[in-house]
Amino acid sequence: MMRGERGVRFALAVAMATALGALTACHHEAPSAANPAPTAPTPPPPRPTVTLQASPTFIDQGQSSTLTWSSTNATKVVLGADSVAPEGSKTVTPDSSTTYSITASGPGGDAATSVRITVSPGSRPAEVSAPPLPFDQLFRQNVRDAFFDYDKYDIRPDARDALARTAEFLRRYPEAKVGIEGHCDERGSLEYNLALGAERAEATKKFLESLGIDGNRMSTVSYGKERPFCTEHDESCWQQNRRGHFVSAR
Amino acid sequence: MRTNRRNRSASYVLPAAAILFSLVAAAGGTDRLNASAAPQDWFRAGTGMGVEKARVAVADFVAGNQGSQPLGQLFTDTVRADLEYSGILDEVSKSFLPQADPGRPEGLKEADWTAAPANAQFVAYGTLTASGNTLGVDAWLSDVRTPGAPPAIGKRYPGAVTNEDVRRVAHEFADEIVMRLSGGVPGIALTRIAFTSSRSGTKEIWVMDYDGQNQTQLTHGRTIAVAPRWSPDDSRIAYTCLAGTFQICMYSMELGRTVAFAHYGGTNSSPAWSPDGTRLAFMSSGVAGSPNIYTADATAGGGLKRITVSGGPDTQPVWNRKTGQQIAFVSGRGGLPQLYMMNADGTNSEKIDLPDMGYVVDPDWSPNGQLLAFTWRRPDGNFDIYAMDIATHQLVQLTRDAGRNEKPSWAPDGRHLVFQSTRTGKWQIWTMLADGTEVRQLTTEGDNESPNWSPK
Repeated sequence: MMRGERGVRFALAVAMATALGALTACHHEAPSAANPAPTAPTPPPPRPTVTLQASPTFIDQGQSSTLTWSSTNATKVVLGADSVAPEGSKTVTPDSSTTYSITASGPGGDAATSVRITVSPGSRPAEVSAPPLPFDQLFRQNVRDAFFDYDKYDIRPDARDALARTAEFLRRYPEAKVGIEGHCDERGSLEYNLALGAERAEATKKFLESLGIDGNRMSTVSYGKERPFCTEHDESCWQQNRRGHFVSAR
Repeated sequence: MRTNRRNRSASYVLPAAAILFSLVAAAGGTDRLNASAAPQDWFRAGTGMGVEKARVAVADFVAGNQGSQPLGQLFTDTVRADLEYSGILDEVSKSFLPQADPGRPEGLKEADWTAAPANAQFVAYGTLTASGNTLGVDAWLSDVRTPGAPPAIGKRYPGAVTNEDVRRVAHEFADEIVMRLSGGVPGIALTRIAFTSSRSGTKEIWVMDYDGQNQTQLTHGRTIAVAPRWSPDDSRIAYTCLAGTFQICMYSMELGRTVAFAHYGGTNSSPAWSPDGTRLAFMSSGVAGSPNIYTADATAGGGLKRITVSGGPDTQPVWNRKTGQQIAFVSGRGGLPQLYMMNADGTNSEKIDLPDMGYVVDPDWSPNGQLLAFTWRRPDGNFDIYAMDIATHQLVQLTRDAGRNEKPSWAPDGRHLVFQSTRTGKWQIWTMLADGTEVRQLTTEGDNESPNWSPK
């Protein structure tokens, strides 16, 4: 559930996540994959993988969202209670916030992930007040946050893609400045998360610098686990809170 | 007596009782009872070792006149609660006490107190007298097993006729009893605990008495204020506050307000005091981008000096309170956060190895410099409080199977710890004896975190 008392932040987070389109779902540890037995007579069947995305992840009541999934090495894929094709998409119109789970099974085992669609009741004030500045709209549509694994601050492949989009926007608007907020999920300790969030913000900044964006256009701040985007106690929520989040700092 | 302490490889995590001997012995120091109190010398053999503790009865304090009547019960109850929680003596249960309350030494009938069921060695008793707004408490502690000996304590405690002052005076008397019976280690009944509470709507720094009384809000920054730490002389509290980015902030207990402190770039947190109170060590990402440990002048934050240079996040430094020579801290340089130790100038940085990997944070050094308490989430385990003997690396687990437990902080007597726990739902502040027993909840309102026990 988003925190009600931070209305402005709520609206921004909703807009960001809407623009974001797809949140990466669970990070699954695959302990055996890194160290295959060197002299195994028959290689074990490959582990299935599965991804599930929702676009958008934040909707108003009555609106629809599209679930898109793909899998590898799976003989059976189950979305919710239904068997589905190894790859596909489906439009859903949940009445209230819903977590969609998908499981891929094969000879190499099972893989599962989930994605959450947050439904806001009624319409928001933004729809009835004056339209926002075009720049802010463009910022929200084009700037993508970087998401991180648990207790990590290295840039994942999906975050590389997101930050490439962000860099493209910043190149198109050379006057634009951004603040980068480092956030962490609730599972770590308060003080260590302040340090970890600083590393995430810094790693996000460094990656943009490597893409040619001037470091003077970016400031960083860590919020640790003090300003979560989402306060439910599950992985889809934790993943939303492990991020380098961009705010416009013109 | 210390055979276990050298047996490092055989058993890393011992039951709590085994380490308590070293806790008590260390807390007692070398300054044992003086010659006149020599009969209590058996106490040094230790709490939790199956040896009898001093058995103390607290008589109802007598109201010397009508004005002091309502205060007598509060005084007596406060002394009883303090002694019960001291961890160094065995208190006679109220229902075993003789009917007649002595009030003064001439009214003390030793045989009534030494007989069953009281079986007391010591009796605390006295008289309250109120005159206008002025209160006087005449209080004694007598060794009833040595008839004819002068009282171990006989003192007049002045105060005001308010509940708050009655409690203060009772704490003073209880502390004096604890000091006499524990070989010179002062009691903690007059100490305080700083903490973070969200009950006003934002996380602010609060302070309370050691027993949870008098919870008072100190800061009103209306952003986020966490991780308070008392200066060694109790005059200031350094903490972490959000002011654009997280910064080191300072509250003066003497002035009753926040005072200016240097702002650094980046994210800053987790200030800790050098034992002489002149330097702060803390985490800062301002210079290097990556969070490292720095020290600065404690008065206003000048003289910034970097003391760690690792690639991973370093935070939560804590000075050895006894020697000032080492700093323990937390680093994620190898992945999950782990404990490290270095010299106070940053040299000789070394990981403190624990039996299995996990998530280790929140180190806090015991007053005698021999034990580190910390938070450890073992693989597939919960967040729990542990204490480790620095010399032998012997470990003891102090909490288990009761929610999430974090952020231990030692009381100045080395016998108590304060920590935060979710065992009743929200984060609350709890205290316990350093063997994990006598767990008490101090807060109930809002979320309460980051406790820090005053050094005096």
